[in-house]
Amino acid sequence: MPRDYLVGTYAEPGALVEAVTRLRAHGFKIYDVYTPCPVHGLEEAMGLRRSRIGLVAFAAGAMGLLCALGFQFYAAVFDWTLNVGGKPDNSTLAFVPITFEITILFAGMATAKVFLARNGLFPGAATKLAAPRVTDDTFAVALRWRSSAFDTGEARRVLRDCGAIEITQQAMEL
Amino acid sequence: MRTMTADRGQAPAARWIGDLPVLSQVTDDVARPLNRLPGAGWFAAFAVSLAALLVGVACVSYQVATGIGVWGLNRTVGWAFDITNFVFWIGIGHAGTLISAILLLFRQQWRTSINRSAEAMTIFAVMCAATFPLIHMGRPWMAFFVAPYPNSRGPLWVNFRSPLLWDVFAINTYLTISLVFWYVGMIPDFATLRDRANGVRRSIYALLALGWNGSYRTWSRYETASLILAGLATPLVISVHSIVSMDFAASILPGWHTTIFPPYFVAGAVYSGFGMVLTLLIITRSLMHLERYITIRHLEAMAKVTLLTGSIVGFSYATEIFAAWFNGSLYEKAMFYNRATGPYALAFWTMVACNAVAPQVLWFRRIRTSPVPLFVLSILVNIGMWLERFVIIVTSLHRSYLPSSWVMYRPTMIEVGTLVGSFGLFFTCFLLFIRLLPMIAMWEIKAGVQAPAHGKAGHA
Repeated sequence: MPRDYLVGTYAEPGALVEAVTRLRAHGFKIYDVYTPCPVHGLEEAMGLRRSRIGLVAFAAGAMGLLCALGFQFYAAVFDWTLNVGGKPDNSTLAFVPITFEITILFAGMATAKVFLARNGLFPGAATKLAAPRVTDDTFAVALRWRSSAFDTGEARRVLRDCGAIEITQQAMEL
Repeated sequence: MRTMTADRGQAPAARWIGDLPVLSQVTDDVARPLNRLPGAGWFAAFAVSLAALLVGVACVSYQVATGIGVWGLNRTVGWAFDITNFVFWIGIGHAGTLISAILLLFRQQWRTSINRSAEAMTIFAVMCAATFPLIHMGRPWMAFFVAPYPNSRGPLWVNFRSPLLWDVFAINTYLTISLVFWYVGMIPDFATLRDRANGVRRSIYALLALGWNGSYRTWSRYETASLILAGLATPLVISVHSIVSMDFAASILPGWHTTIFPPYFVAGAVYSGFGMVLTLLIITRSLMHLERYITIRHLEAMAKVTLLTGSIVGFSYATEIFAAWFNGSLYEKAMFYNRATGPYALAFWTMVACNAVAPQVLWFRRIRTSPVPLFVLSILVNIGMWLERFVIIVTSLHRSYLPSSWVMYRPTMIEVGTLVGSFGLFFTCFLLFIRLLPMIAMWEIKAGVQAPAHGKAGHA
């Protein structure tokens, strides 16, 4: 469903960070910022929390470790024991390399999948650009515009003061 | 468009890319080769690669149809060209992961221009490597037997104690994680290409870009996810060649049964991989006119890594020979004596010359910064590292404990053709890659270009 957004675009990442900082100081809520590349200092300016995806990687890795070790133990000790050169059925040390590989595989795949799912990235996802060229050389900041609780003049002034090349207010899907 | 003017003096990126381009210029430069017909040089290289690939396809088809006997293997030397090629190609892949993951963790700015193509090289090299154990099975259609799946033979599980099975898991994990890392790294660039393309190209890039729109909430998580993937890939790449070395080290054969193998193999892998990265990028930068992004400074940085790892390899040779003499094992001593003076002495000394001696010229800055000598050296590195695996595998096998089973091994034309074919596969894939995908990570270059405005270099 299209909603109203106020979008300011910038040519310089420095100006963008400045605009974001000032908007938040004025009490405006930033809907999102759109950039062609990571911008240093923008996380702090936007007040973004650190991603918790590391926990996902850890949990998936732990699960991979248990699955791999458990499966090798089950197959080699319980289900069908094989005497290979007189080595013990439960050759735990020999199970380490495969366990390690499966741990990494689970953690890596989970990190990638959870990252994509959390950000709504999937094949066929609609492209919703805040402004033209935000994936090329333009930096944009978007605010949700609500007629009841939004001082448009103030927001526009802050955006302009920070050096916006263009300020647009339009209904779109973001 | 606009120009980047303010205080760019001490920009870290400026150390690696000459005059800093504006952001749209980066997009134009990288996207240019994708939007027009490649030059005659590309077509010539592609024709040669494709011809080599066809030779390989013919040889492998003949071998699979006729049987493994068309190779020069015999009852004593059961591994030779095939496993040499396998270890060689796996090694080549390691430089890609080192550049894309390990240098990312160490925040080395210079990786940004070359990481994408180095990762691509990893994937193609692992594909080439995986071919060899597969065709060595003789009946490649039975390859699924290496998977621990519930079967009607017991179920008779695979032998989890065998380094050969560890290899299966290591290589599959390595290929999968490398592919994921490579693809995730390309998503923002696919979005950039999507937004400047029309028609069918746009639809394809849109599909690949997964709806990426540059949202900073996404970027923020993206950087964390990239770091985690890099952190996972780093121990992974070290484990892969360590496990490959255990194929040999876990046996009791003189020349194989040694504890130095894992670190020695990893250093050798990175060394050979950097040799291949140099070969590829020296050609590519001029073929695709990307000298501005892959500068002499990049070549110099890679040359330094080559020098370091080449010296580690040379040191490992010395350590091995010293250990063979010092441990007092008659067989170990005889093995090294045979390597240096036996029928394969030429291969051994060529290997020493290429791997231990040749890289020492890189102490000279003039050589580190001249593409032509570097290119020649990178070819020597490739030859030397291929011979290293050949020497390790064949000289240990052909004369072991039982003199009655001593034989010589000579490759047949089919084996040589298969090796040629693997190079064909590698270069065909690489040439298609530089033609169809953004071979330089645009967003990483842009992060490096604009970052200094805030004091610190961008990363990831």
